[in-house]
Amino acid sequence: MTNSTVQPTPASATPEGGHLLEVRDLYVEFRTSEGVAKVINGVSYHLDAGETLAVLGESGSGKSVTAQAIMGILDSPPAHVRSGQILYQGHDLLTQPEEQRRQVRGKEIAMIFQDALSALNPVFPVGWQISETLRTREGMSRADARRRAIELMDLVKIPAAERRIGDYPHQFSGGMRQRVMIAMALALNPKVLIADEPTTALDVTVQAQIMDLLADLRRDLGMAMILITHDLGVVAGVADRIAVMYAGRIVEHADVRSLYRAPAHPYTKGLLESIPRLDVRGQELATIRGLPPNLMRIPSGCPFHPRCPYVQQVCVDVVPHDLVLGDGRTSACHFAQEVRDDSAR
Amino acid sequence: MFRYILRRLLQMVLAFFGTTLIVYALMFAGQTDPIQALAGERPVTAAQRAYLTEKYHLDQTGVGGFFYRYFDYVRSLLQGDLGQSLTGRQIGDILQQAWPVTVKLALIALAVAVIFGVTAGVIAGIRRASIFDNATLVLTLLVLGIPTIVLAPLAQYFLGVRWPVFPPTAGAEPSFYALLLPGIVLGSLSLATALRLTRTSVAENLRADYVRTARSKGLVKRRIVGIHVLRNSLIPVVTFLGVELGNLMSGAIITEGVFNIPGVGFNLFRGIRTEDGPLVVGFVSVLVVVYLVSNLLVDVLYAVLDPRIRYE
Repeated sequence: MTNSTVQPTPASATPEGGHLLEVRDLYVEFRTSEGVAKVINGVSYHLDAGETLAVLGESGSGKSVTAQAIMGILDSPPAHVRSGQILYQGHDLLTQPEEQRRQVRGKEIAMIFQDALSALNPVFPVGWQISETLRTREGMSRADARRRAIELMDLVKIPAAERRIGDYPHQFSGGMRQRVMIAMALALNPKVLIADEPTTALDVTVQAQIMDLLADLRRDLGMAMILITHDLGVVAGVADRIAVMYAGRIVEHADVRSLYRAPAHPYTKGLLESIPRLDVRGQELATIRGLPPNLMRIPSGCPFHPRCPYVQQVCVDVVPHDLVLGDGRTSACHFAQEVRDDSAR
Repeated sequence: MFRYILRRLLQMVLAFFGTTLIVYALMFAGQTDPIQALAGERPVTAAQRAYLTEKYHLDQTGVGGFFYRYFDYVRSLLQGDLGQSLTGRQIGDILQQAWPVTVKLALIALAVAVIFGVTAGVIAGIRRASIFDNATLVLTLLVLGIPTIVLAPLAQYFLGVRWPVFPPTAGAEPSFYALLLPGIVLGSLSLATALRLTRTSVAENLRADYVRTARSKGLVKRRIVGIHVLRNSLIPVVTFLGVELGNLMSGAIITEGVFNIPGVGFNLFRGIRTEDGPLVVGFVSVLVVVYLVSNLLVDVLYAVLDPRIRYE
């Protein structure tokens, strides 16, 4: 990589050995005319410089909403952050005035989205969109911004960048459009990149290319990355740690290896078992029974209990706390130990 | 794009002959004795009748005679000769006098629609469900609900007679000021539609995914709305206003009639009332061309504004 302007985050940027980014006990609800949907119910996770955290969960589990809360781009109304903290380099973003938060967006924390076609503005050329922040926020001249945009397009491996800089988003293929999105997000050398289902809208072969690109860029530019996905297959090669979300909570949190080896939450276990495997033939694919909960009426106790094969009376009555399992692992299950031991067998 | 325009131009030729034929047929179908109609109440001598019959090829009867006269008319039309009205004036001259007045009126109306309609529409779209939004909704529904035939005399009475802010009628060779009130009345309809269209378009675009992207880029709100959202929202509005200008150019019969403005619509209406066939057909033929050309221009403009539109 030829990018010389990248500065790895100095350790001193994060005071007293704290995390680069930390979400603490976040509660977000959507206040609609039909009622209040409790979308995020006490989410905590952290991200250190240079690492990749995968946030995993079904649609509606709150993974994207958490990310949008970090970025400060929630649509409110209806979204409303009820409580919690989002610490970036030790400072709580949620208490900062809008203008200060705006400065963080794109420059410190950048984000890419699922569907690049709708996420890009259809009426402006891609080069214009990539260089927009350089011109408006860095005060770069048109010519310099253009040159930098071409560099960025080269960086994300868009062929013939110089020739394509004036093309519009609809003239690119899905994979190339997502590369444009990535180039745009990298324009201001952010320290954190949030990738919200970056490959969901793409073909399988292209998915792998984009994931490789993101992993390479993260390493080469020394960024930290939050990878939001519902696809366990995408996560394995890229992430360091995984946080599994269900009904607006983190139900399991572990490093990738131990989570794959022995999931300690029945939901994670169900997810892993529902991945089709090539080496096991002739068996019906396991599924998780039931449906994700209605966020306006989250089940009592453990929100997963109606779908859980381990369910006991205690699960209906008591909300499970995070059980610490060692090695930085936690699981919000009353029977975390049993589940893990079951899985390990 | 070039091939598209060429094809459209060829279609326009067809549309032109089609419309002129229909208007020609309608205008002369109802007439029992066009020579008597020409003379009005006065008696027509045999010599006059013979002269006019020959002049207008009225000796030929039936469908064959009709087409004979139609092609005769089109031939001179293509040579730029619109012929004479029944009052003996050159229709080309009448048009030359009436047109600038109508164009002035149309531009005033359009300016009113753009300045007030689009601006208010943008504000209403941004502040959805606010007092401003609801107030404009009520006002636009009111304007859209009142027909011009009611609105024009009302405006004339209150703002021209009761509290004479504006001259109540324009008269021959009207000044800009005299055309202002009729322009506002005429533009109020386009204004209301432009406002609703802008509002919907802005509100819709504010919810678009690319706005979320723009926010995540840390752009200031003014730039997100003023550049990203507006550039997208105005595509349908500009298209609408283009079509509207084409409509306004062809004259406003009611407004010009009420305010006594000697424009295209005024002359056209007089032609219809006095059964002045040549005048009506001549005017309509030209208006058809104006309308077709303006529509083509709007379609081309649409492709320029929206890069996703490609004409083959």
